[in-house]
Amino acid sequence: MKLVSAIIKPFKLDDVREALSEIGVQGITVTEVKGFGRQKGHTELYRGAEYVVDFLPKVKIDVAVSDDLLDQVIDAISKAAQTGKIGDGKIFVFSLEQAIRIRTGESGADAL
Amino acid sequence: MEAITEVKYALDTFYFLVTGALVMWMAAGFAMLEAGLVRAKNTTEILTKNIALYAIACIMYMLIGYGIMYPGDAAVNSWWPGLHGILGSDDNTAQAVLASGGDIYYSNLSDFFFQVVFCATAMSVVSGAVAERMKLWAFLAFAVVLTGFIYPMQGYWKWGGGFLDQLGFLDFAGSGVVHLTGGAAALAGVLLLGARKGKYGPKGEINPIPGANMPMATLGTFILWLGWFGFNGGSELIVSNVAEANAVAMVFVNTNAAAAGGVVAAMITARLMFGKTDLTMALNGALAGLVAITAEPLTPTPLLATIVGAIGGILVVFSIVSMDKFKIDDPVGAISVHGVVGMWGLIAVTLSNPDATLTAQLTGLVTILLWVFIASLIVWLILKAVMGIRVTEEEEYEGLDLTDCGLEAYPEFTGSKGSGI
Repeated sequence: MKLVSAIIKPFKLDDVREALSEIGVQGITVTEVKGFGRQKGHTELYRGAEYVVDFLPKVKIDVAVSDDLLDQVIDAISKAAQTGKIGDGKIFVFSLEQAIRIRTGESGADAL
Repeated sequence: MEAITEVKYALDTFYFLVTGALVMWMAAGFAMLEAGLVRAKNTTEILTKNIALYAIACIMYMLIGYGIMYPGDAAVNSWWPGLHGILGSDDNTAQAVLASGGDIYYSNLSDFFFQVVFCATAMSVVSGAVAERMKLWAFLAFAVVLTGFIYPMQGYWKWGGGFLDQLGFLDFAGSGVVHLTGGAAALAGVLLLGARKGKYGPKGEINPIPGANMPMATLGTFILWLGWFGFNGGSELIVSNVAEANAVAMVFVNTNAAAAGGVVAAMITARLMFGKTDLTMALNGALAGLVAITAEPLTPTPLLATIVGAIGGILVVFSIVSMDKFKIDDPVGAISVHGVVGMWGLIAVTLSNPDATLTAQLTGLVTILLWVFIASLIVWLILKAVMGIRVTEEEEYEGLDLTDCGLEAYPEFTGSKGSGI
C-alpha cells in the first residue's frame, strides 16, 4: 500500500477529485495548506505599503492506494493538476504500513 | 395659527430626534469600520470598546457634559462656562412655545439627544487610532474625561456661544468641534502609546498589518455615510418652512456630493501612487469627503461640495502615507480622516461662506487643536502613570480578544463539546 500526498493549486481540486473518482479511488483527505517552492511568494499592497506573502495557499490531497493502482493515481493527479505554469505543486509517495477501517475492523488493502 | 405653531414645534422636534437617531447609528458605522480594519484577534475588544464608549459618552454628557457645553445665560464668561449639574426633565410648556412666537421651536430634550450623539461620535474617532494595543479600561477612563469635560469645553467655545463663536469662527456641524477634536485626542494617545509591535522594522521599513474583514469595513463606511445625513442635515436645526426645508435638502445633497468626491479622488490618488486600487483608501476617502464638508455643507454649490470632498480625499491618502513615515501608527486612519481633513474642512468654509474669515477659521482650528491635544495628553499621561495604557507584548501577540475579553470573535477550533460541531 502507498500513501500519495499531493500538493496542488487550490482551483485544481475539483479536477483532481474527478480524475481520481474515474480510476476508482474511493476516498481522499483534503487539507488547506500554505507553503512555497520555486514559485516563491508574491507581493501585496495595503494602504500604500508593499509586503511579501511568503507562503501561498495550496491544497494537499492524501490518497491511500493499493500498489497496483499507484501509477494510475500519480498519472491522474499529474494530468488533472497541471497548468504548465510555475507553482503546479508536487506529488510525494510514502510506503503505507497498515490501514484499518474503523467501522468494520477490516485491515490492509480491504480497508482502502 | 396656534395649531400651526404647535405642529411646527412638533415637526422640528421630530426632525431633531430622527436626525439624532441617524447620528447614533454612526456608532455602528465606526464599530464595523474598526472591526474590519483590525486583525481578527482584536475584534471582540474593539467592538466592546465601541459600544462601551458610546454608553459612557451618553452618561457623562448627561451628568456634566451638556451643562458645560450649553450653559445658556448661566455661563461664567466666554472661556469658562461653569459647572451646571445633571440634565433635568424640564421641557417647554405649550404656553411658552405659543408665547415665544416661534422662537422656541423644538423640545429641550430633543436638543440634548441630538447633542449627546455628537459627543459620542467625537469619542468614536479615538478608538480606531489606538486599536490593537491599548488597555480597554484605560481607554474607557479616557472616554469619561473626553466626553464629560474636554469635548464639552471646546463645544461651549463654539456652539455654546463662547469666545470662538463671538470671534466669528464658523463650524456648521463640527469638522472642528467633533472631528478635529477626535483626531487630536487620538493623536495624543497614539504618540504616548507607540506603534503596534512589528509595524515598523528596525531599518525603518513599514510593515502593513492588513485588516481582517473588508466587507465589514465597507459596511461601516456606508453606515457612516448614511448617518452623516443626520449629522449635517440635522445641524440645520429646523426644517418647518420653505426656506429651511430647501436648506436641509441642500445640506443633504452637498454632504452626499462631498463623500462621492472623496471616494473618487482617493481612489485615483491611491492608484497613481501605488499602482493598485486600494479599497481602504477609497473608504477613507468617503469619510474624508464627509468630514471636509461638515464645517460648511450649506453654502457651497453641489459642484464645489464635490471639490471640497475631493480635496479631502486626496489629502487623506497623503496624510496616511506621511503618518507612517513619522511612525505614527493609526490602524484605521482616524487621525488623517478626522484630524487632518477636519482642519481642511474648517478652512474650506471660506470658499463659499461670505461671513467666514480665514483669521477666525484658523483661530478656531488652532484653539481646538491645542486645547484637545494638550488636555488629552495630560489625561493620557496620568492614566499611563496610574494604570498603564498599553498591554504587555505577550498580550498584544495573543490578541486583546482573549487577554482583555476572554472571547474570540471568530472561534474556530474549540473542540466538540458545546461547539456545535
